[in-house]
Amino acid sequence: MSQRPTLPNGLVAIVKRDCATCLMVTPVLARIAAEVGLTVYTQDDPTFPVDPAAIHDADLSVSWHHEIETVPTLIRVIDGQEVDRTVGWSRAAWQALTGIDDLGSDLSVMRPGCGSLSVDPNLEDELRARFSGSVLRARRVEIADAEDEIEALFNRGWTDGLPVVPPTEARVLRMLAGTNRAPSDIVAIVPPDLIEVTVEKVAINAVMAGCLPEYFPWVLAALEAACTNEFNIHGVLATTMPVGPVVICNGPGTRDIGMNSGMNVLGQGNRANLTIGRALQLVIRNVGGGRPGEVDRATHGNPGKLSFCFAEDELGSPWSSLAAARGIADGADAVTVFAGEGPRCVVDQLARDPDSLANTFASCLRTLHNPKLVLAFDAVIIIGPEHARVFSDAGWDRERVLQEIHSRLQISGTDLARGAHGIAEGIPGHLEHLTLPKFRPDGLLLVHAGGGAGMFSVIIGGWANGEVGSQPVTHAVRY
Amino acid sequence: MSAVLLDPTNERRVAEITRLTRPASLAGLTIGLLDISKARGDVFLNRLETRLVAIGAEVKRFRKPTFTKPAPVDLRHEIASQCHVVIEALAD
Repeated sequence: MSQRPTLPNGLVAIVKRDCATCLMVTPVLARIAAEVGLTVYTQDDPTFPVDPAAIHDADLSVSWHHEIETVPTLIRVIDGQEVDRTVGWSRAAWQALTGIDDLGSDLSVMRPGCGSLSVDPNLEDELRARFSGSVLRARRVEIADAEDEIEALFNRGWTDGLPVVPPTEARVLRMLAGTNRAPSDIVAIVPPDLIEVTVEKVAINAVMAGCLPEYFPWVLAALEAACTNEFNIHGVLATTMPVGPVVICNGPGTRDIGMNSGMNVLGQGNRANLTIGRALQLVIRNVGGGRPGEVDRATHGNPGKLSFCFAEDELGSPWSSLAAARGIADGADAVTVFAGEGPRCVVDQLARDPDSLANTFASCLRTLHNPKLVLAFDAVIIIGPEHARVFSDAGWDRERVLQEIHSRLQISGTDLARGAHGIAEGIPGHLEHLTLPKFRPDGLLLVHAGGGAGMFSVIIGGWANGEVGSQPVTHAVRY
Repeated sequence: MSAVLLDPTNERRVAEITRLTRPASLAGLTIGLLDISKARGDVFLNRLETRLVAIGAEVKRFRKPTFTKPAPVDLRHEIASQCHVVIEALAD
């Protein structure tokens, strides 16, 4: 942080010529200066006002450090400390602050001020970098004039295969404004290299991913959740299976930041959905050191490993949310990370009764990864609104839907045994006398999302579950 | 003006450690066999153990709790302090 300039004792005004209210109070400034003394800082024209002559806040250092948002601002300073301020023109407030009873009696009672140059959207990022840049600890990388910034980032191996936004100081500082956490705070220990990652490093990668600052708390929460022992991002990264972290967002904050939970929910076109998931993966890559072909040994991978993040449609849902089902209080924002493959569609356009639709879900889920493998993998069901309506019209709640699907997925061991149905894969022969469930009791996660038209749902298959693999993890978003 | 960007990586400086020289013979050495808990890794390691014992090596067996996570630090320390050589069965 650069040095905060000390204001002189007495009264201090901050003005600019390009402000009608500042022009209006010019005689008032002259009177205050004559009667009780006044120091004036001017933001734009050093010759304004004429009386008293102003100090030019040319680099806006005074305005920035003293958090001037409106001009004129009138401040009283005692022993170098601000004790009072008023913004814009308010006759009563100026009279009280100066002690001059009839000050500005010929002016209107009040007039709003204008925006300070120090909060001008076109200048603010540069000023933040100029005055706060030293809070950033990351190594500076100078890109030569002749070098293309985008290509330079590719050449250093810092991208996921798509161009990234160059992480300048100004952009990173703006990203950090999205959280109340200090840049030096440790967010998580990131596998595979087990690196303590700071808020600042996450912000750099969030900039590169294309996030807006208001997305940043979601990136931090997703990263915290992914870097738990339960979620085991190391294994999710290293596995030969085609899985990556799927980030499911819940809470009113998803709507505040404009996430998509409706039409094309898993597709292209929504900045928040795409960049939050991407930022998480860039942190794993750049900070954790998890790169394809190195620790990432995926046989095929899937396109969702670039980013796989979406919000639940809570307002349109007939049921409680996934986050609520996982212990998050109503109205709180949360992320759930799930080690998942790409989405597959469940089509049932004829279902009008819930039993028929439950049969469809069970039949589709039965084939997950292999029809003869059971208990080893979880799955997310993203139920489309038109399918959810079939269940809710029949009075089925979330628990009933899951229970009905589970009850249809109790499979005879003779159908699962190795060699049965001409398929070598399966359970060991000594278990064939058992009836086994396809999924463990909490192995299905139900989420309501998608467009209003289409009797479709989506299944996201999981990876090795439980203690040996990955557990879904839900974390509250902290601001 | 040239652009100044912030390094998105962990900025870690990798320490280089020189490998121990390979022993001329495994006879008389203590050899750790690490099973990572993947299916049929034990079949491979059982066979190795038979062969190693036959040439006069002492064999100690170790097992990771799960193949999906790195070996716990205590297990790594145990192997390092008890064995001259380690062989890891990696996959199925």
